[in-house]
Amino acid sequence: MSRLAVELAGIRLQNPVLAASGTFGYGREYAGLVPPARLGAVITKGTSLEPWPGNPPPRTVETAAGMLNSIGLENPGLNHLVEEDLPWLAGQGATVIVNVVGRTIEEYVAVAEVLDRHRGVSGLELNISCPNVDKGGLAFGAAPETAYALVRAVRKRTRLPLLVKLSPNVTDLVRIAQRVREAGADGLSAVNTLVGMAIDLERRRPVLGNVTGGLSGPAIKPVALAAVWRLYQVGLPILGLGGIATWSDAAEFLLAGATAIAVGTATFARPRAMLEIVEGLEGYLACQGIANVSELVGRAHG
Amino acid sequence: MELEQAEILEHREVAPGYRRLVLAAPAIAGRAGPGQFVHLRVGEGPHPLLRRPLSVAGRRGEALTLLYRVVGEGTALLATRRPGERLDLLGPLGRGFTFIDGREPLLVAGGAGVAPLLFLAAEARAAGRKPLVLLGVATAAEVVGEDELAALGIPLEVSTDDGSRGRRGPVTDLLAGRLEGKAIYACGPAAMVRRLKELAPGVPGQVSLEAAMACGVGACRGCACRTAGGYRMVCADGPVFDLGEVVFDE
Ligand SMILES: Cc1cc2nc3c(=O)[nH]c(=O)nc-3n(C[C@H](O)[C@H](O)[C@H](O)COP(=O)(O)OP(=O)(O)OC[C@H]3O[C@@H](n4cnc5c(N)ncnc54)[C@H](O)[C@@H]3O)c2cc1C
Ligand SMILES: Cc1cc2nc3c(=O)[nH]c(=O)nc-3n(C[C@H](O)[C@H](O)[C@H](O)COP(=O)(O)O)c2cc1C
Ligand code: FES
Repeated sequence: MSRLAVELAGIRLQNPVLAASGTFGYGREYAGLVPPARLGAVITKGTSLEPWPGNPPPRTVETAAGMLNSIGLENPGLNHLVEEDLPWLAGQGATVIVNVVGRTIEEYVAVAEVLDRHRGVSGLELNISCPNVDKGGLAFGAAPETAYALVRAVRKRTRLPLLVKLSPNVTDLVRIAQRVREAGADGLSAVNTLVGMAIDLERRRPVLGNVTGGLSGPAIKPVALAAVWRLYQVGLPILGLGGIATWSDAAEFLLAGATAIAVGTATFARPRAMLEIVEGLEGYLACQGIANVSELVGRAHG
Repeated sequence: MELEQAEILEHREVAPGYRRLVLAAPAIAGRAGPGQFVHLRVGEGPHPLLRRPLSVAGRRGEALTLLYRVVGEGTALLATRRPGERLDLLGPLGRGFTFIDGREPLLVAGGAGVAPLLFLAAEARAAGRKPLVLLGVATAAEVVGEDELAALGIPLEVSTDDGSRGRRGPVTDLLAGRLEGKAIYACGPAAMVRRLKELAPGVPGQVSLEAAMACGVGACRGCACRTAGGYRMVCADGPVFDLGEVVFDE
């Protein structure tokens, strides 16, 4: 077995470096530069039962060491995923985790049920942490009991490994994670973006069409790392993300307790960042004489 | 789509605030068409984080020309880069202009919007067409591309905001009486494009749009613009759209 192979919440990965939801499309867009089969897995754009149009522009703005986005989960819907994207990803030999969104519990459940029967899907990531939509997303993830109800309902209808993606914009992250665990989740993804905004001085109005957006990139790395550190006590495997740009960032997340990591915003700046991180981790392990990357997980806790 | 470390061959100011950048980028130059763009890292360190989109303004063999206006932090940093240094370039990206048959090209540019149209004008000439370029700028000193167009025998008409050259007023004031039998190819500020749509209803045309971009390749859904068919991505569905399908805010 290779030094980098890991298992995350029951999903076997050839390496612990995944493409973060919403930053890698469905794999096709970057395929010329990043063969999806070389990643641990591709996590798809948030997928809803019906197509969603997304928010009014402008949808992105750069900020110090990061960016804000208010995409609003624009996506072509479940049918498109099943008919076009999953077959293509399967043809590429990619491991696929589908990020799922909905406005209601029923919508999440409906997507999960269809994907449960699909061979091209290795796991689901429930997005209960998107700050850019009124209904769904963070509306479920902000409190322990709404999160519990959603995860419980989905759990009953799928045998697929279930990751639940959490927001750092909550009062008691650990309590929410515990309830998510009790509801039957197999793992946690931490973190989604942090709510932020920017104001245009010429127009004297918010830059983003949706007023606020989600902050991502290097600026949020320390926040994300602390979230992973605290979530480690919950006892579920963790997919760590938020501001990871280099193999050393990735190694910090592993040491803080993440079993695998995902890369989002860094791909926009350096499309091959994920492949560089895979190589960098491999080199680090070889150099330190570590047989498997899982030996690093949580080691910073002493 | 290629990722290329392109050497800067030439980089100089061509008008106040406007710079011409010539790069050795064989892989990208070989494939780029007018209206396509490159997404580039202006610095070498982690800041600024995101790439900046710039239209291809021309190519000769393995050399790629860009023409940009310094407007903010990223372009100001780009302006400090010197010949011999390398720039990290992703491209060519997006869908460019396509010639509309049976009509001579009327190119309408506002400010730095002239960049993709210089490339288009050269290609039109090479294809035996007879392009006319209308350019609107703030003041006479900002007229760029004049020598290149003259060398190709392509006529240029100018309007300025201050009246220091050509007609005083917006470039769209130059359209009157010139639309017959033409196809419009435009790039410039939103106000210009909106006026163009009003003044030239029924004239076939294409416009290159701008939007803030993160990925540049259609993956992030960040660069949405409004069209009659709903939101489309400037980077992947455009940047060139049919003039008839773009929709502006009130
Ligand atoms: C497809 C395309 C082609 C372009 N071609 C050219 C060209 O050939 N010549 C040229 O001078 N300019 C061109 N632009 C505009 C150019 O990208 C911006 O002027 C530039 O990104 C400004 O960066 P900045 O850091 O200097 O400005 P800042 O205002 O500091 O930029 C902050 C952020 O806003 C974004 N931004 C600001 N203005 C624009 C804009 N007008 N369009 C898109 N993003 C913007 C930047 O990319 C950056 O992420 C093009 C834009 C697009 C979308
Ligand atoms: C443009 C953009 C789109 C995103 N879309 C989604 C999404 O659809 N679903 C989701 O769970 N997270 C989404 N995210 C959040 C990322 O997956 C990730 O959690 C966050 O950006 C932090 O990681 P980063 O700093 O490496 O980008 C998006 C982020 C960005 C920047
Ligand atoms: S910039 Fe990402 S979709 Fe256009």
